[in-house]
Amino acid sequence: MNDLDSTFAALADPVRRAIITRLSAGEATPGELAEPFPISLQAISKHLKVLERAGLITRGRDAQRRPCRLRPEPLAETADWIAAHRRRTEDRYDRLEQLLHELKEPT
Amino acid sequence: VSEQEVSFDRIFDAAPALVFRAFTEPDLVARWWAEKDETLEVEVLEPRAGGSWRFVNTGNDGSDVFSGVYHAVSADRIVQTFEYSGFPGIVLLETLTFDDLGDGRTRFTDTSVFPAAAAGTYGGGGGANESMDRLEALLKTL
Repeated sequence: MNDLDSTFAALADPVRRAIITRLSAGEATPGELAEPFPISLQAISKHLKVLERAGLITRGRDAQRRPCRLRPEPLAETADWIAAHRRRTEDRYDRLEQLLHELKEPT
Repeated sequence: VSEQEVSFDRIFDAAPALVFRAFTEPDLVARWWAEKDETLEVEVLEPRAGGSWRFVNTGNDGSDVFSGVYHAVSADRIVQTFEYSGFPGIVLLETLTFDDLGDGRTRFTDTSVFPAAAAGTYGGGGGANESMDRLEALLKTL
């Protein structure tokens, strides 16, 4: 998996997306992150590992709290890729519109 | 957080049959797919379920390859994958629809989903997990 690929895979899960949203407001401990979800701390911990491997979060050194922090760089890369794809495709459909016009009214 | 879907929605002043042709006939595809200063070579275009497509887009900076596989093709809908050589391994699942507005116009939509996102939605279902369990069991015996 390349970097972009692992970012997409990490973001594929709704719980992980919610964790990212929460962390965008500031750092939080695994316990705090688990609170809104009806799942175990262990399950949250698995999600955090996936996010950490994808480079989307970093964990603090403090062994007791292990606070999680958002690392926004991969998100920006993904957003750039999607924006570029959207722009290229919009341009392409503009050209399609023009072609359809020409096909209807041959000049 | 980062969206996992990109969609496009257009009204074309042409009947659905003509829009469909513009997607499925190589001569027509070549006239709109590439940018004005680029050339498009339609290497493969097999618009039927299981068929594939492969375009080589050449511009000043070199060539890019776009390719995919058709999963469903009918007069009002095409489902296909979309890959770009610049980002190998990222496969979009693209659904194109051609709706007849009845006045010579077509409402066209393109919904592209990143399969990682799709995996997230069905990954929680029992069926997919059971299959994965069986695959895992099989792999242990090999």
